[in-house]
Amino acid sequence: MPIRFDHKPGLVVYLTAGDPSLEATREIALAAVDAGADVIELGVPFSDPLADGPIIQRASERALARGTRLKDVLALARDLRAARPAAGLVMFSYLNPILRYGLGRFADDAASAGADGVLATDLIVEEAAEYLAEMNRVHLAPIFLAAPTSPDERLQAIAAHSKGFVYAISRTGITGKQQNLTADAAALAARIRRWTRSDGKGLPVAVGFGISNADHVAQVAEFADAAVVGSSIVELIERSTPETAAGAVARFIKGLRAPASALAR
Amino acid sequence: MASIILPASPSESRPGRFGIYGGRYVPETLVAALTELEREYEIAKADAAFQAELNALLTDYAGRPTPLYFAQRLTESLGGAKIYLKREDLLHTGAHKINNSLGQGLLARRMGKKRVIAETGAGQHGVATASACALLGLDCVIYMGDVDMERQELNVMRMRLLGAEVRGVSSGSKTLKDAISEAMRDWVTNVRTTYYLLGSALGAHPYPTMVRDFHRVISKEMKRQILEKEGRLPSAVIACVGGGSNAIGAFYEFIPDRQVRLIGVEAGGRGTVLGEHAARFQGGAPGVLQGTYSYVLQDEDGQIALTHSVSAGLDYASIGPEHAMLHDTGRAEYVSQDDAAALDAVVKLARTEGILPALESAHAVAEAIRVAPTLPARDILVVNLSGRGDKDMGILARELKLQGI
Repeated sequence: MPIRFDHKPGLVVYLTAGDPSLEATREIALAAVDAGADVIELGVPFSDPLADGPIIQRASERALARGTRLKDVLALARDLRAARPAAGLVMFSYLNPILRYGLGRFADDAASAGADGVLATDLIVEEAAEYLAEMNRVHLAPIFLAAPTSPDERLQAIAAHSKGFVYAISRTGITGKQQNLTADAAALAARIRRWTRSDGKGLPVAVGFGISNADHVAQVAEFADAAVVGSSIVELIERSTPETAAGAVARFIKGLRAPASALAR
Repeated sequence: MASIILPASPSESRPGRFGIYGGRYVPETLVAALTELEREYEIAKADAAFQAELNALLTDYAGRPTPLYFAQRLTESLGGAKIYLKREDLLHTGAHKINNSLGQGLLARRMGKKRVIAETGAGQHGVATASACALLGLDCVIYMGDVDMERQELNVMRMRLLGAEVRGVSSGSKTLKDAISEAMRDWVTNVRTTYYLLGSALGAHPYPTMVRDFHRVISKEMKRQILEKEGRLPSAVIACVGGGSNAIGAFYEFIPDRQVRLIGVEAGGRGTVLGEHAARFQGGAPGVLQGTYSYVLQDEDGQIALTHSVSAGLDYASIGPEHAMLHDTGRAEYVSQDDAAALDAVVKLARTEGILPALESAHAVAEAIRVAPTLPARDILVVNLSGRGDKDMGILARELKLQGI
């Protein structure tokens, strides 16, 4: 199923699968979709998450300590797809767990579970030939990161090889909360759009890293199609109990879009 | 269509690949910086003025060339092949690491970067980088795992005295791997102003090639010196392998000389179970860690395994990608020596030759001690003595006391 952003602005919600438990992640993801998340990114926990800040590092450690495995995250994806057929579902992972599982086997199993796309944090387009062939074979959307430091020729390649959306990193840095969006984010989104619009596909641009509150989401709405919210939600889960997490996340997501909806009226 | 051409397959030959290994597996934010580094390094490499400045520093500041020393008493005590020691331990700051720190330090200055970051395991790369930064007037931040800071405390004090800021890393195994991850997080954040001075032949392209190039001087000197002393090439070159910088430097010029065996010695730690050692070629599988595709100690889910070695510098879950290729092609052999053998080798070398090797280098000495008696007296072994053991006195005092020495 193609990834669609039916709400304005679109919301992508990142969850570290298995934190605090797979069952809790399931409940939180369902609540997030029902609260208006367009896409769920299911994060596969990794032992050495070098692109992540302390919040997602801690979540990964908790998930791994509970024995969360890639096959479990694929099973969770299948479960979520069955429960919410229209929601966007992206597998989000560092490359090594995917390689160890087997690239072809992963592509088959992710597609059969009903995932829409895959984002591999430490895989850049130049190294992605085999990966792209597998993704295309099973009709999974490969989603690549674009960074403020990416020159235009890289953005062109990233836009050309991405499907679903392009993930624009709002700033140089790792994942984590921040006070203010930097000017980098809008400038990057504008540069990406030169390529996503010129090729006629009109691929959406989602902005992530540091999107922490409704103000940020409203700002992103002015220059991009969707905001990705990760660390703020993962931290909220960390501070909640397994019983209260889903409700807390749902309220947070509704709050993220509130001012933008008000503006739209 | 995009202007960036994708290769048909990962095995297609291209820069930064060693057979199927190597490459550039990093978050997108770092790609532009790696591309700039690759370009600037290629320009500097071809620049006679850059090379002349580096050579002058290597000679007058670091103490090159290092001697190739015939360890006669060690040889006689073992009764077999002649053992020579390449004395990288005599270099300024105490290990081979200074070759690379000076080279990359000059490159950082040339690129106009004022802030240098680095990781360190045993602290030798940290001390070398702190020294190079002091010399070149660059700000220096060193990431070091909490476990390593405790066991290599002397080097922490040295780095601080040299003006570097040492930042402890408390995540994961609190050793070299975690220090690299934290340094990469810093680099992603400060990439526009910061030079990452990686200390081993690891990481994303161009690091494995660049670090090897800065250490090639080891095997260049070795080759000239052994021909002067013996009139022929050695039977084998032996070096310890953590990330693999001293080993690739010691091997490189001998790769075309097929009659010279190249023997890399990994850390056997305290057992053969995953988590108890750092022998990547005995229990590791190809995978991606920290920017490069190589052998990685990992579990069946691709999670990176914990490692153990008495030597902080060998205590790492992956290995430089060029070693992975040399392993697969059979051009180099990789063996392991455990903690106990390394400690025995420290004592043996100290008492036969009056040389106290670093615990890392002692793994290579241990392999020479094992293999020399099995070879005829006409054979020559060259051991790369990559570092000196002063930094290890705390560990040695504790470990050897347990053995009643």
